[in-house]
Amino acid sequence: MLTLSTGNNAVAAAVRQANPAVVAAYPITPQTEIVEQIANYVTNGSLKSKYIPVESEHSAMAACIGASITGVRTFTATSSHGLLYMHEMVNWAAGARLPIVMANVNRALGPGWNVWAEHTDALQARDTGWLQVYVSTVQEAYDATLMAFRIAEDRRVYLPVMVNLDGFTLSHISQQLDESPVSDFIPPMILDHAISTDAPMGYGCMTSSADYFRIRYDIERSMRDSVQVIRETEDAFASKFGRKYSWTEDYRCDDAQVLILSMGTLGKEAEVAVDILRSEGIKAGSMRVRWIRPFPEPDLRDRELVVIDRNYSFGFGGILASSIRAKTGKECYNVIAGLGGQEVTFNDIAGFVRERRIGEESWFGVDA
Amino acid sequence: MSGTSASEYICKCTSACAGCSSSLILRHVLKAAGPDTVLVVPACCTSVLQGVWPNTSFNIPVYNVAFAAAAAVASGMAAAFETLGKNTNVIAYAGDGGTVDIGIQALSGALERETNFLYICYDNEAYGNTGMQRSGSTPLGARTTTTPGGKTHVKKDLDRIIAAHHLPYMATACSAYPQDLVKKVKKALSIKGPKFMHILAPCPPGWRYDASQTIEVGKMAVKTGIWAMYEREYDTLTLSGPTKAAMIKPAPLEDYLKMQGRFSGMSEEKVRMVQGEVERNLRLLKAEAEGTC
Amino acid sequence: MYEIRLHSRGGQGGVTAAKLMALASFRDGKYATAAPFYGAERRGAPIVSFIRIDDKPIKIYSQIHNPDLVVVLDPSILDLVNVFEGLKPDGKVLINAPGVPKQAEKYDVQHVDLTGIALKLNLVVAGSPILNTPVIGALAKMGLFSRESAAAAIQETFSDERNLDAALMAYEELV
Repeated sequence: MLTLSTGNNAVAAAVRQANPAVVAAYPITPQTEIVEQIANYVTNGSLKSKYIPVESEHSAMAACIGASITGVRTFTATSSHGLLYMHEMVNWAAGARLPIVMANVNRALGPGWNVWAEHTDALQARDTGWLQVYVSTVQEAYDATLMAFRIAEDRRVYLPVMVNLDGFTLSHISQQLDESPVSDFIPPMILDHAISTDAPMGYGCMTSSADYFRIRYDIERSMRDSVQVIRETEDAFASKFGRKYSWTEDYRCDDAQVLILSMGTLGKEAEVAVDILRSEGIKAGSMRVRWIRPFPEPDLRDRELVVIDRNYSFGFGGILASSIRAKTGKECYNVIAGLGGQEVTFNDIAGFVRERRIGEESWFGVDA
Repeated sequence: MSGTSASEYICKCTSACAGCSSSLILRHVLKAAGPDTVLVVPACCTSVLQGVWPNTSFNIPVYNVAFAAAAAVASGMAAAFETLGKNTNVIAYAGDGGTVDIGIQALSGALERETNFLYICYDNEAYGNTGMQRSGSTPLGARTTTTPGGKTHVKKDLDRIIAAHHLPYMATACSAYPQDLVKKVKKALSIKGPKFMHILAPCPPGWRYDASQTIEVGKMAVKTGIWAMYEREYDTLTLSGPTKAAMIKPAPLEDYLKMQGRFSGMSEEKVRMVQGEVERNLRLLKAEAEGTC
Repeated sequence: MYEIRLHSRGGQGGVTAAKLMALASFRDGKYATAAPFYGAERRGAPIVSFIRIDDKPIKIYSQIHNPDLVVVLDPSILDLVNVFEGLKPDGKVLINAPGVPKQAEKYDVQHVDLTGIALKLNLVVAGSPILNTPVIGALAKMGLFSRESAAAAIQETFSDERNLDAALMAYEELV
């Protein structure tokens, strides 16, 4: 059924479809609506989950870990400082090979207090062993959340998945949503290493360097295997629901001579910029990077690259640009834009392309 | 021991120190709890004494977690077991650092949410696992590696903080009184909802006494009244026998302090302060037990 | 694409009004987005919402700088914010007021006393008259979406029938 929904409510609606046994979450702007909606679902009986109103994000992830290891489906949601506060347990969840799904509503980090969109929060968790996808529409927030459960719980993966949506820009916008019933798209969760008093084992004990090293390598092997699982899941989703997703969302890329690479809602705004640039005779295309872990190997060929980073790694550079440079050896024009919810329009993005200086970095609106 | 399982859930191959009372406590706890039990253990001595993966000296499932997380992980586990229709005991077994310091927020939250679990704090009055650094539970005057001149602050009154959560059951116990301890664990596990136990765990290397004295030190803690044993069911406080006896005729506090190297060189003034704290605590407990406060 | 900027104060229902506008357009078979621009979430502060309506999917998330229509739910905001900033030369204005405020006289402005309608129907929550449903009636009259879709949007969202009554009243009373 087609409805009008916010990004946050779309995530909650997908969670209701996935029907986790346990949801443990702590409210934080701009994620709060997800938690409120799930609490509503649980109160009105349309979601049978146990909802644990924890006293912190650290405990939110800890409670999900405790629940997940019994072999049941779990979900949580957070944002920004919440994600940083639970960072220890975020690492633990991946190390413990638990298929927890978390929505992170991307928001800037203080100080000063700023509740608007930025990707630095989730990108600080990029080395934790979580899979990370960034979405750009309300529908995609719903679809990616559904797929996240199936991907995480696949025994070839058994790693947690984080679904990222831009704070306010996407979390609070109302757009149309096709709330497709999930039926059998997500199979029942089976966790091979679930804790059981019938087969007592020690979990997370002291571990020798050699064994620890092998266990870490196993995480990376599963991360690599997840590439195939993501592909299969997105294909299965497309054939069931008719909506196709991939590593990147490519817009007019085939004959493009200059590519705009970005993440989240900026990737949609970039498509409008592409149309403007094309009308001026500049053969532009937009490549919106969806999965940052595992990292895609985009088809960049010999095209010029304009990479927009709504994040920053101080002392180094934009994280998307740095990653592309490291993976492909290609230089780019790196524009740092949209930090703390800075307004970036399609006209601004078209401007980035017109002024591109490959090999340089520019902070939009600051060093012009 | 009567009423407990003949089975052993901790094998003889632990890597605990000689005279370790916390592993003794855990042995009795698990015998009282039986095999349908999952233990949640944050960073503490118990994380070490299980041994090195893939071996373990425990034959019940143990879920090791980060320092601050025991009560919250247990919350999630208890909720999940409920959805699965399982009555498995969820017992968080944490040291004093993981309870009174870094874990107190998660513990308070889990108790407030009426989590169906038993949280046990075994108290060796310092961060023992890492070589005896001061914790909030270290008593006034005790030397630790971070209070080389003796601790200048009094021991945090954890039990009254827990009591403020108005629990169906909480109890204090001591490793030197295993029958009392077992009775309390069994009672706790017979009740649905949040349960808490605080158990004194004398530590030979940390407290600096001979390993053979570990029971004697525990007994002396109770006899002097520096460690009081009781049960509290909501508003009703019941003193345990040895503590009642200590209230009538307490052993001299100095006898307890002298047994342990950690109190060596403690000033008379500090001894008097500790004595004052002991008397104040016993007075309050007595009044509460008699319903006169 | 048709772009609307809605000015209100926190607690007046501006965010819901924006959603209702998008929903009514959506029920007309159009694509629509409603994006509130949040500052601190407190009552009484001037807030702005952006509504876009188009025949094809809308890819723009940035703010509306050159609106086709400006809607003002609280005329006292006119003293604080230049609500007309960037209004297209042929752009329109709808103001909740019994008459045309002086600041708005030089624009293509229509007005209706939404507050009066809400008070007449006793459509008041926590002491504040409800403006978000009557304004939908006025906007339907202006041709933003059909009367039927306006009614559908309101009925999908609210069970209290006075909301629809208020919208119909505003539909009739728009000047």
